[in-house]
Amino acid sequence: MKVLVVDDERDVQILFEQRFRKEIRNNEMVFAFAFSGEEALEYLNLHQHEAVLILSDINMPGMSGLELLDRIKNKYKTPPPKVMMITAYGDKENFDTAMRLGADDFLTKPVEFPVLKEKLKAI
Amino acid sequence: MVYLDAIQSSDVKVFFFAGLLTVILLFGFILYFLFTYRHKQRDFNLLQEQKDEIDNQKHLVENTLRDLKLTQNQLIQSEKMASLGELTAGIAHEIQNPLNFVNNFSDVNKELLSEMKVELAKGNLQEINSLIDDIISNEEKINDHGKRADSIVKSMLQHSRRSSGAKEPTNINTLADEYLRLAYHGFRAKDKSFNSKLESDFDTTIESINVVQQDIGRVILNLITNAFYAVSEKKKSGIEPYDPLVMVATKNITTASGESALLLSVRDNGNGIQKAAIDKIFQPFFTTKPSGQGTGLGLSLSYDIVKAHGGELKVNTKEGEFAEFIITLPI
Repeated sequence: MKVLVVDDERDVQILFEQRFRKEIRNNEMVFAFAFSGEEALEYLNLHQHEAVLILSDINMPGMSGLELLDRIKNKYKTPPPKVMMITAYGDKENFDTAMRLGADDFLTKPVEFPVLKEKLKAI
Repeated sequence: MVYLDAIQSSDVKVFFFAGLLTVILLFGFILYFLFTYRHKQRDFNLLQEQKDEIDNQKHLVENTLRDLKLTQNQLIQSEKMASLGELTAGIAHEIQNPLNFVNNFSDVNKELLSEMKVELAKGNLQEINSLIDDIISNEEKINDHGKRADSIVKSMLQHSRRSSGAKEPTNINTLADEYLRLAYHGFRAKDKSFNSKLESDFDTTIESINVVQQDIGRVILNLITNAFYAVSEKKKSGIEPYDPLVMVATKNITTASGESALLLSVRDNGNGIQKAAIDKIFQPFFTTKPSGQGTGLGLSLSYDIVKAHGGELKVNTKEGEFAEFIITLPI
């Protein structure tokens, strides 16, 4: 499974690589990283249909995670990659907007990796 | 006898008239003195009254001045607190993020250590070495993020405290970056629909310079918050296409007189500043925000702070296109 992680915090990459080191070593999962919504779209343009799952932060400078979600769901229709939103603000407004725009799941920070792993396995 | 009488009676008349004249003159003088004395007394009283009145007014003015100074200090403090309020959400967000990393990386290290135990039993030195490297690098991450949270709490406390006025070596790049993030998250927490591209271009050749850290921090914060306000207003006005952009840059420069200085600029692509307002923006209590939303003290305080550092605060703008505030500080 290929996962694109979008977050403006660069250390998220090291964290994911360590948290999923077993899965990465066993080739169960492959991760790609983008540090802004714009970068994520660029990546998706270059590697169409590669990422099955996108994990995106909401609160990012420039294109927000919600805007990215909207663009992905509108542009890649067949089949749209699954998009999971991860945000520090688990308020209703963010949640409702994410759901309306077609988010497949909604997690709040701090990310509980055991929970995230369970969710990823279920996909 | 008759002659004598005549003489005597004419003498008497002369004496009588002379006496009468003297009495009248004397009386006249007395009256005159009395009159002028009373007049003078009245003048004196009037003067005294006026003096008392002036003294009174002086006290009043002095009291008013003291009250004004007190109010001004309170205003400066409340302006500080207002900007702190704006920052609160940003601060919460900015502390949450490093804390997540601290928690997550320490969890990972726990896992890695259990794994190491297994590898130790197997005697797999190569694997143990690579685990140790990972653990060390994670510990460094924990430390970095702990320090990040620490510096945010410190700068928040510093921001709310009254200025000690002491200059200390400060890395302006770090300070600007910190406030850029804080202000951004603070602004976003207030207005969820707000978003802006942030660009920073920090001159890494800049070494620490001596400034009153919290004062310069407030100036930077004020300029950045103003920039966010400007782009969010332009976005709200519905102009399309429009991509809000706020840029913060620092640069080492040499002034015309050959001295080295530090340049810090905050530029936004909002609606700029109207010609009519440009002479007033640094005046206290001048604000273009709707009443109740701005104290009108931000830029005037910023101006005073930069002046007190021997520097300059200038503005560059084009109506409808951009505004750029440039601070020059002597090194």
